[in-house]
Amino acid sequence: MMRPIIEMKNVVKSFGHFKALHGVDLQVKEGEIVVVIGPSGSGKSTLIRCINQLEEHNGGEIIVDGAEVGHGRKSTVLTEVGMVFQSFNLFPHMSVLRNVALGPVRVRGLSWAEAEERAQRLLTRVGLADQAAKYPAQLSGGQQQRVGIARALAMEPKVLLFDEPTSALDPEMVGEVLDVMQQLAKTGVTMVVVTHEMGFARKVADRVVFMDGGRIVEEGPPDEIFNTPRDPRLRSFLQAVLSH
Amino acid sequence: MATNVEALSIMSIFDTFLNWKVFVQTLPLLLSGLTTTLTLGVTAIILGFIGGLVLALLRLYASSPLRQIAVAYIDIFRSIPILVLLVVIYYALPFVGLRLSSFGAAASALSLVSAAYSAEIFRAGIEAVPKGQFEAARALGLSPWRLMSDVVLPQALRIVIPPITSNSINVMKDTALASVVAMPDLLKQATQAQALAANPTPLISAAVIYILILMPLVRLVGVFEKRLAVRGR
Ligand SMILES: Nc1ncnc2c1ncn2[C@@H]1O[C@H](COP(=O)(O)OP(=O)(O)O)[C@@H](O)[C@H]1O
Ligand SMILES: [Mg+2]
Repeated sequence: MMRPIIEMKNVVKSFGHFKALHGVDLQVKEGEIVVVIGPSGSGKSTLIRCINQLEEHNGGEIIVDGAEVGHGRKSTVLTEVGMVFQSFNLFPHMSVLRNVALGPVRVRGLSWAEAEERAQRLLTRVGLADQAAKYPAQLSGGQQQRVGIARALAMEPKVLLFDEPTSALDPEMVGEVLDVMQQLAKTGVTMVVVTHEMGFARKVADRVVFMDGGRIVEEGPPDEIFNTPRDPRLRSFLQAVLSH
Repeated sequence: MATNVEALSIMSIFDTFLNWKVFVQTLPLLLSGLTTTLTLGVTAIILGFIGGLVLALLRLYASSPLRQIAVAYIDIFRSIPILVLLVVIYYALPFVGLRLSSFGAAASALSLVSAAYSAEIFRAGIEAVPKGQFEAARALGLSPWRLMSDVVLPQALRIVIPPITSNSINVMKDTALASVVAMPDLLKQATQAQALAANPTPLISAAVIYILILMPLVRLVGVFEKRLAVRGR
C-alpha cells in the first residue's frame, strides 16, 4: 500500500525554447489520491501527460510501477495508466459500449463478448446502464464524461489520471461526474486529478499539490493547503479561486 | 413553304445525329466499350484508393527516406499529364523490355496518378481527425496500427467520402484517354462505329452514356457536401 507507484525525479519538459516543467519531483503512493491545482498555464496538464507519455519529457526520470518510461522506451507499464480528458475524447463512430470495450479487446486480448460484459458492468457503475447502445453525440456532457471514466476503468488500470474532467461541463453536470470520481477514490485505485473543484480536493484528496510556473510550489494534506497556505502564490491563487 | 423546309432540316438533323437505326445497330459495340471503360475505371479507382492510403500513411508517419519517396511520388504524379504518362508507359517502356497491354498501360497510368491525388485527400482526412482522438487511443494503449484502423481511419474515411468520390469521377472520365493506345473502351468503340456507319450517332450516344453514368455520382458529391455543411454548423 505504501510503495510509490509513480516517481518523478527532476522532470523537465520543454516545448521548443519554452520550459513547461522546471525539474519536478513528485511521488505518488499506491492507492493515493493526489489533486493538482494551480493557475492556468502552470504546467498541470503537462505534468500528468508526461506520466503516461502523451508528452515525452526531456530530462529527469519517470518511473511508473517500477519501470522507467519515456526516451523511446516501449513499455507495457503504460497500459496500467488510464486517462480521463477534459474534452472526453470519446470515439464518435462507436457505440458507448464499444468505446468502453475497445481497449480490453485490443490491448488486454479479451473477446468482444467478455469485454462487452465488462463494459456493461462499468456503465452500470457510472449510472449509464441504459445508454450502452447510444453514440457519444447522443449523450449529455456529463454522461459522456462518465463514459470516459468507464472507458479508462475498463483497462483495470493501477493509476487513473484526470485532466480537468469537469471543466468542459455545464455547471449542473459537474456534480454527477465528481460523484463518480469520489466513489472511485474509495476503491483503492491511485488517482492524480487536475481540477479547479476545490470542494472535491478538500473532501477526496489525500494530498494536494500546488503548481505555479512549471514547478511544484507547495504540497500537503488538503487541511494544510487550504487552511494554512504558506507560499504567497498559493495564498493569492486560493483567494482568487475561492472568492467566487 | 418555309415551315416545310424547316421541318425537313430538323428531320435531317435527327437522321444525322440521332439516327435510330444506326443507334440500334451500333449499340452492342458501344455496350462492349462501356464494359471495358467500367472495368478500367473501377480497377484504377480501387488501385488508386489502396495506393493513395499507403502513400498518405508513409507521408505522414514513415521515417526519412520512405517519407521523402512518398512526397516525391505524390508531387511527380500530380504534375504529369495522364495522357503523357499513358503514352510513355505504352510506347516508351517497351524499349526497356516492359511491354504492357493497352488495358495494362491504361490501368497503370490511371492508378498511378489517382494514387497521388488520393494520397493528398487521405492526408487531409487524417489530419482533420481531432488530436484528442489520437491521444485517447494512445492513452488506452492501442498499438499504432490499431490506433489507425480502429480510431483514426474510420473517422478520416468518412471525412474524405466527397473528395474521393470527386476523384473517382475524374478517373472515370480519364478512362477515355485509353482510346489513344487502341484500347476498345467506350470512346474508341464509338469512333469505330461512327466510321462503320458513316454517321455520328454512336458518338452522341457515347456522350450520353458517359453523362448517364457519371451524373448520379456528381449529384451524390453535391448531396455529401450539403450534408457536411449542415453538420458542420
Ligand atoms: N504542445 C505545446 N506546445 C507549446 N507549448 C505548450 C504545449 N503544451 C503546453 N504548452 C505550454 O506549457 C505551459 C503549461 O501548459 P499546461 O501544462 O497545459 O498548463 P495547465 O494545464 O496548468 O493550464 C503553458 O504555457 C502552455 O502554453
Ligand atoms: Mg491544463
